[in-house]
Amino acid sequence: MELTLALAIGVLAGSGVYLVLRPRTFQVIIGLSLISYAVNLFILSMGRLRTDAAPILSGSDANPADYADPVPQALVLTAIVIGFAMTALFLVVMLAARGFTGNDHVDGRN
Amino acid sequence: MKLTGQAADTILTLMCTLPFVASVFMLALPKKTSSAAVWIAGGVASLLFVLTALLFPSVASEPLIYTIEWIPQLGLNLTLRMDGLAWLFSILVTFIGMLVVLYARYYMSPDDPIARFYALFLAFMGAMLGLVISGNIIQLAIFWELTSIVSFLLIGYWYHRSDARDGARMALIITGMGGLALFAGVILIGHIVGSYELEDVLASGSKIVDSPYYPVALILVLLAAFTKSAQFPFQFWLPNAMTAPTPVSAYLHSATMVKAGVFLLTRFWPVMSDHDLWFWIVTYTGLVTLLFGAYAALFQRDLKGLLAYSTISHLGLITTLLGMATPLAAVAAIFHVVNHATFKASLFMAVGIIDHETGTRDIRKLSGLRKFLPFTATLAIIASAAMAGVPLLNGFISKEMFFTETAVFNPNVFVNLSLPIAATLAGMLSVAYSAKFVHGVFFGKPTTQLETVPHEPPALMRRPIEMLVLICLAVGIIPGITMGPFLAAAVTATLGTQPPYYSLSVWHGFNLPLIMSLIALLGGAVIYVAYYRRLRHVDGVPLIRGLRGQRIFERMLVHLTNRWAPKVTRRFGTQKLQPQILLVVLFALGAGVAAAWGRLGNLPLPQSFDPVLGLVWLVGGISAIAAAQQAKFHRLAAMILMGGAGLATCITFAWFSAPDLALTQLLAEIATTVLILLGLRWLPKRTPFTDPVTLRIRFRRLRDVSIAVAAGLGAAVASYAVMTRDAPTVLADFFLENAYSLGGGTNVVNVMLVDFRSFDTLGEITVLAMVALTVFGLLRRFRPAKDSVERPEQQRMLGGGDDATGDRIASDFLRIPALIMNWFFPFVIVIAVYMFLRGHDLPGGGFIAGIIMSLAFILQYMAGGTRWVEERLRILPLIWIGWGLLLCLLTGLGAMIMGMPFLTSGFTYLYLPLIGRVPAATALIFDLGVFALVVGAAVLMLIALAHQSIRSPKAAGATQTRIRKEHDKWN
Repeated sequence: MELTLALAIGVLAGSGVYLVLRPRTFQVIIGLSLISYAVNLFILSMGRLRTDAAPILSGSDANPADYADPVPQALVLTAIVIGFAMTALFLVVMLAARGFTGNDHVDGRN
Repeated sequence: MKLTGQAADTILTLMCTLPFVASVFMLALPKKTSSAAVWIAGGVASLLFVLTALLFPSVASEPLIYTIEWIPQLGLNLTLRMDGLAWLFSILVTFIGMLVVLYARYYMSPDDPIARFYALFLAFMGAMLGLVISGNIIQLAIFWELTSIVSFLLIGYWYHRSDARDGARMALIITGMGGLALFAGVILIGHIVGSYELEDVLASGSKIVDSPYYPVALILVLLAAFTKSAQFPFQFWLPNAMTAPTPVSAYLHSATMVKAGVFLLTRFWPVMSDHDLWFWIVTYTGLVTLLFGAYAALFQRDLKGLLAYSTISHLGLITTLLGMATPLAAVAAIFHVVNHATFKASLFMAVGIIDHETGTRDIRKLSGLRKFLPFTATLAIIASAAMAGVPLLNGFISKEMFFTETAVFNPNVFVNLSLPIAATLAGMLSVAYSAKFVHGVFFGKPTTQLETVPHEPPALMRRPIEMLVLICLAVGIIPGITMGPFLAAAVTATLGTQPPYYSLSVWHGFNLPLIMSLIALLGGAVIYVAYYRRLRHVDGVPLIRGLRGQRIFERMLVHLTNRWAPKVTRRFGTQKLQPQILLVVLFALGAGVAAAWGRLGNLPLPQSFDPVLGLVWLVGGISAIAAAQQAKFHRLAAMILMGGAGLATCITFAWFSAPDLALTQLLAEIATTVLILLGLRWLPKRTPFTDPVTLRIRFRRLRDVSIAVAAGLGAAVASYAVMTRDAPTVLADFFLENAYSLGGGTNVVNVMLVDFRSFDTLGEITVLAMVALTVFGLLRRFRPAKDSVERPEQQRMLGGGDDATGDRIASDFLRIPALIMNWFFPFVIVIAVYMFLRGHDLPGGGFIAGIIMSLAFILQYMAGGTRWVEERLRILPLIWIGWGLLLCLLTGLGAMIMGMPFLTSGFTYLYLPLIGRVPAATALIFDLGVFALVVGAAVLMLIALAHQSIRSPKAAGATQTRIRKEHDKWN
């Protein structure tokens, strides 16, 4: 289980890194999205992997050991939304650069 | 009456806050309200003068200290400390400030922005007062920098003049560099002493001098003092700063700011001066400055230039005295600070009047002004006499003390000879330039080169000069009564011990200093006569023409900014993105490896394997790799594949007990896909295999693949290592135990977002709002590239060239899906509301509901086309964003009004008829804000992008109004 997720994070990060090193803007955007998947999963794994642990409290007298760690979840939740905003921003910057320079190279020169 | 305790503390606090408050207030005044500004500035200055004066009995014997704790653990406090020395400077600053306010009232032209002048003036006063009453040396350095910055603004007050801008910039660079040196110096001193409190530093005895760091600390402090007090070789900024309005020169460049340097030297005198290094550097820098300034002053044609060089010379005199490091010399130095301030400020004001009345400051065009300006002439003559050191005036007494100190026997032959000879020579020169000023301007034939006939200024404009000249006379005739107690207090504070015996009187008998004075007076007269006969028309300063600090400085500036900086940038920088990212990735990789090296230990073998999760990630991983491979030529495929990886991530969230994340991820994935789909149309067509794959490209790909593999491996190993270790549960336990009892919700993640960590959330949604607005702003000016303007192939194939083609496609070809999407609208909204309401207790909440709501809108756009939707629906995303942010802030402020910290949430249960018990936390209002903001931001981004399609065919030749109209429909 841990190994599966670790490999998944590795594959996502590796693909993302390869893409951000590419010269085309679209590649960089896809790459950043893949990296943000990897990072979000990595942050989630900070709370250790718990399958079938309750995420919702069943009463006020709860035993913390029965529940999934909420801290990384709260962090990742906002990270996902911010990631969406980041993708939007880069996309628009990419379009603006494309309009200005006439091509889609990251430096504006083919 | 001795003021102590709270009254004194309040006065100290007022001294360094009131000027700034008044300054900010004044900036808010309308530009032309001159009289209000004068009254405020005058009121503040007078009030502070009176308050400072009241403090004297309290500080005469021991310092007043008021500490406001900030970070006591680090020794960082706001300490206000006033002793006799600080008091003397404060009195100077407030008293002359008060006079200058009155003077400037008549000097400044009604066309100048008066309020700005007085606002800056007060800010400077505050900075200067803060500097002298700082009880913490870091605080001192900060106020020091503040004086540099405000003086920059004041020198550049007439910023439409290029000489004012240049002068201001030069002053800022020179004194600002000194300020940086001071900052380093005080940190070093604090390190040596072990405390940044001035009280501790002054009590440290010989600790600093004995330290091995002493030379470094000394050089740093001296750099600061010498730059600020215009000592050689940094003197050249001061004459260039004369482009400031004359009241500024009278205040900053005679009485206050340039004295900050000697104040600093005096402040650290007791703990730093007992060393040979101090003696040699300070004394001889002062001496060179003294001679240089006096010599250069003689050859100035601009009256303000003459006064500026004279100021440099007098500052050199004070520095020399401080350098001699004997108690008596320190007494003389402090005394001369006051004397110089009084006569030099009055002279600057007199020159201002001359300038104002005649329209010129060029001494060659002026003569015989005594006839036109009899009162001003008398005042200026007395002040000049004080500057020259004529008996019965204050300048004479301190200069006499200076001569006395230089004449003291020193075993070193060089010192023994150089000091008295240089002092006498400088005395002669100062008599000569004072004579030049008086004779050249006021005597001789009445000038005929003026366009207007000069008149005496309004009496009130002369009043400040009269006051100062009166002080010159009073101190010069009865020094013991007028200055005695104040000087004694300042000297006691500086020396830390009982002051040495000194006598403040005019007549000390016929002794060596008196002979030196007489030689100076007679020799000065001879020099002036010789100058007047022979050198009057000489251009520039003879003998040292080549020695122009200003030119060296400017050349250095040009080299630094225009030559070296681009060279360095070219060599070590790149504008290309790829090498930069490569460096970032390599650095991160290196940092990760370095951190993990040898600390990884033995990784345990995997304990369990879940085939289903394995299968999910087999698909997810292949998707990711395939996306990487396809992103160049098959963008749509790459996007779909990326979605596959995203879905695998989403499933993983659900798998590991994070339903909120799974929901958010799924929704964000949808929104991202729509977004990218909308953007894809504007990218250039790319067909595979058009470019030949060269060896270089092959190498580059191979290199990037290896880096990517290394990065992936690193990430995998790091995450595996983390996951197989025991987790600390402190944080998790706290939130799990308290989410219900304190936050009133069972969905801990949501409670954290809107309650425990709501401040973070506030920050995050602010970022979201900013991003959305940036996207909106960027797209408003969006111009597609030429090859993208044409209609997409698919639309062209359908025929029809009008704007509505896209919309028609939706209605013609997607009729059934469109109908379903239309009908979905209310349902999706209900889902959003449901997700929002249950968020506190079950998976959901503002973020999730917000994205769902925005998708409801987007679905309508997809179903009916842009025009169809906007004819029926007014969506105002900017309003949503604004209200969302406002709601969140108000929730936070509401808590503050109730007396609790910002964003504290309240919680209760409400009993509603029919519905029953409903949890009502203020966090719900906060979450509502989050919801509204997320809706607004997401919709704004999506619609702004969608809109490009309908305006694009016209974009190349579109008129601005047309574009406006398109936009106006939805914002």
